[in-house]
Amino acid sequence: MARTAVLGRLTWQVATVESARTETATARTLALDLPDWPGHLPGQHVDVRLTAADGYSTQRSYSIANASEPGRVELTVQRVADGEVSPYLTELAEPGDQFELRGPIGGYFTWSPTEPAPVLLVGGGSGIVPLMAMIRTRSVAGSRAPFRLLYSSRGPDDVIYAAELDRLATAGEAASGIEISYVYTRSTPVGWPSPPGRLDRAALAAAGWSPDREPLAFVCGPTGFVETASSLLVEQGHAANRIKTERFGPTGGAR
Amino acid sequence: MSETWIDGNMLAGGLREIFTIDLTTARTQCAGCGQIGTVAETRVYQHAPGLVARCRNCDAVLLRLVRAPQRAYLDLHGMSWLELRLPDETG
Repeated sequence: MARTAVLGRLTWQVATVESARTETATARTLALDLPDWPGHLPGQHVDVRLTAADGYSTQRSYSIANASEPGRVELTVQRVADGEVSPYLTELAEPGDQFELRGPIGGYFTWSPTEPAPVLLVGGGSGIVPLMAMIRTRSVAGSRAPFRLLYSSRGPDDVIYAAELDRLATAGEAASGIEISYVYTRSTPVGWPSPPGRLDRAALAAAGWSPDREPLAFVCGPTGFVETASSLLVEQGHAANRIKTERFGPTGGAR
Repeated sequence: MSETWIDGNMLAGGLREIFTIDLTTARTQCAGCGQIGTVAETRVYQHAPGLVARCRNCDAVLLRLVRAPQRAYLDLHGMSWLELRLPDETG
């Protein structure tokens, strides 16, 4: 866990909601105040635990959305129908509310700004969240690693961080260092050149890097999406050990 | 196996409750088929009383983790070994 190595077992701490920001009709970002937060690596996640008055408690994992800062974490949560935790986080939690959280967790699906290799980010739905933490960290750290993002959403209204991604795209690849492509699976923006459809070989080849560049690939999304994307990358000639994946279950998933 | 699985990354929180280092970046060998990989790359099934990690190659059970009040049950019999990254002692 880099410079802020936390040795000792992971324990629960109390998070206080500082602010909430609507991202889409079903996704919301919560900024949390965590006095003892040591900082994190982009791609890491946290566990959130909610406990009811009768003692029933349940926990879920959520990716961290912001670049590392002491004492503060942002989580972007997609509401899952019939979920036990996400409806509270996306609809009910208000500034001042408190709940238990532990983290940062996981050293595998992480990117380091000291890594110069080109990066391909492939996100499906709320799988964009840990990838956005990487994009934000790249910018904060002043990394020159060239990034490409391929982001698959149901439709234009489901794009999380749309305004921020638009700004990066408008700035242009030369200024932002990031090239962004979209796939829409159910409905497209007006005038979009192709009909809605799932991520396929052609889209991935057009949006990604040639295997000769030996890019690092991070793929996050529902299990089926990640399976498809990672298989296509291997088929294109990318080394399996350069592809890191994070599946979060069926569509909607745990985050 | 049609049941949906997730990546071994998701074992990290439950294991860090027990161990002081992240076990998901460790390399491991399947005792069944000999496949070597990273714990984060195993297949984890959550639809059980706990978490079950299976080998990506042969589907054998590598690890089971069940959490109960003030108690954790950890079964690692499906792993021949674990190679762990440790913090630099000179730092």
